[in-house]
Amino acid sequence: MTKPLIAVLDYGIGNLRSAQKGLQKVGADARLTADPDLIESAAAVVLPGVGNFGRCMEALHATGLAEPAVAAAASGRPFLGICVGMQLMYESSEESPGVPGLGILSGSINLLPDTVKRPQMQWNTVAVAEGGRLLAGFETGSWFYFVHSYAAAPGPETAATCSYGIDVAAAIEVDNVMATQFHPEKSSRNGLALLQNFVTLI
Amino acid sequence: MRTARVIPCLDVDAGRVVKGVNFVDLVDAGDPVELAARYDTEGADELVFLDITASSDRRNTTVELAHRAAEELFIPLTIGGGIRTVEDARALLRAGADKTSVMTAAIKRPELVTEMAREFGSQCVVVAVDARRTTDADAPASGFEVFTHGGRTRTGIDAVVWAREAERLGAGEILLTSMDADGTRDGFDIELTRAVVDAVNVPVVASGGVGTLDHLAEGVLEGGADAVLAASIFHFGEHSVAEAKAHMAERGISVRPADPAG
Repeated sequence: MTKPLIAVLDYGIGNLRSAQKGLQKVGADARLTADPDLIESAAAVVLPGVGNFGRCMEALHATGLAEPAVAAAASGRPFLGICVGMQLMYESSEESPGVPGLGILSGSINLLPDTVKRPQMQWNTVAVAEGGRLLAGFETGSWFYFVHSYAAAPGPETAATCSYGIDVAAAIEVDNVMATQFHPEKSSRNGLALLQNFVTLI
Repeated sequence: MRTARVIPCLDVDAGRVVKGVNFVDLVDAGDPVELAARYDTEGADELVFLDITASSDRRNTTVELAHRAAEELFIPLTIGGGIRTVEDARALLRAGADKTSVMTAAIKRPELVTEMAREFGSQCVVVAVDARRTTDADAPASGFEVFTHGGRTRTGIDAVVWAREAERLGAGEILLTSMDADGTRDGFDIELTRAVVDAVNVPVVASGGVGTLDHLAEGVLEGGADAVLAASIFHFGEHSVAEAKAHMAERGISVRPADPAG
């Protein structure tokens, strides 16, 4: 059996290799790419992201990857946004007023409250909603690694929440469209198990 | 919930671990990646590689090391030492490091912190502050002065003021080392830790002086540190990361258990 091809969108930001290596570790043929044809033919698509919302959107547009990302999410193939990649899937962010996000999900991204240190840079537990596929096998209290100053509020699409000053969306799942605010590729065994879940959906 | 992190630190010279490491069952105790993977399975929350490679022509070995670490290591990795430019940091981040730590270059040219934060995001930018207590007429107001060159060279800069300035410039984390405590195994300089923690709103990693598991707990409980970094206590096999976390949990600190149930 050939390994499923996963396109990890490479738009020139930070550390993308970890996401690629994590997916390879659990048996996928994960490739960093900005090639629209490869993205269209991939069995699944991953949108990583670190840093500033506006700069990431700018880089996505500059590399011509915004439209392929939206198309991939609409295609029914498994789609996973990670960290700022998850935030980009919404319509906007307080971090970059006036900059439209990809709009795959409705709603906006908000700054974490003043009562907590920003960024949240630590391991934290999540409360897992029942019936999801991305977090299948995980129970409430599972640990993942977070690095972020902004987050989405919990909503109907939320697959897991995290408490940090307030409850925020830690993971989302709407059919094939999934995302994590935490970094599965940096969450040791738990993170690899989650990536395994994602690869299994292909 | 706030959770304290436990971070083993490895000194690396030209891609090899410098300080002797006493894990008998390692195939290659000098290989930072194998050691790092070991710490990952023990429950380390993050890892720091401190690159002490002196000659600049061998620095690409550190980029290769980051490249290899990304294959094996699935917890956050910070690499520090010798980073002078945005391009130095970019090479390490592209290879697989998650954060880059700057010290001397940021003191010489503070704009570097802002440039890195703008380019990669603050979460990738750690500013390392090496401090000593000074008491003479030239001592800064807080009594804690920034030193460079392994604690040998005074800068005249107030460590508490510099930490606050580093945050303003875009640092996402402060790696604070007491050069007085470093190597003593007498515990963190708690007053220094507390002074910096109270001055900034970004996470502070306490470093320097850990000799017992209680020291780790004190860094969090008394110093207010968000993370505790240690080297020899883990490397020489005295204590595992798992023991450190169990002890901290006993002292009432929220930590990710070393062997999470899932």
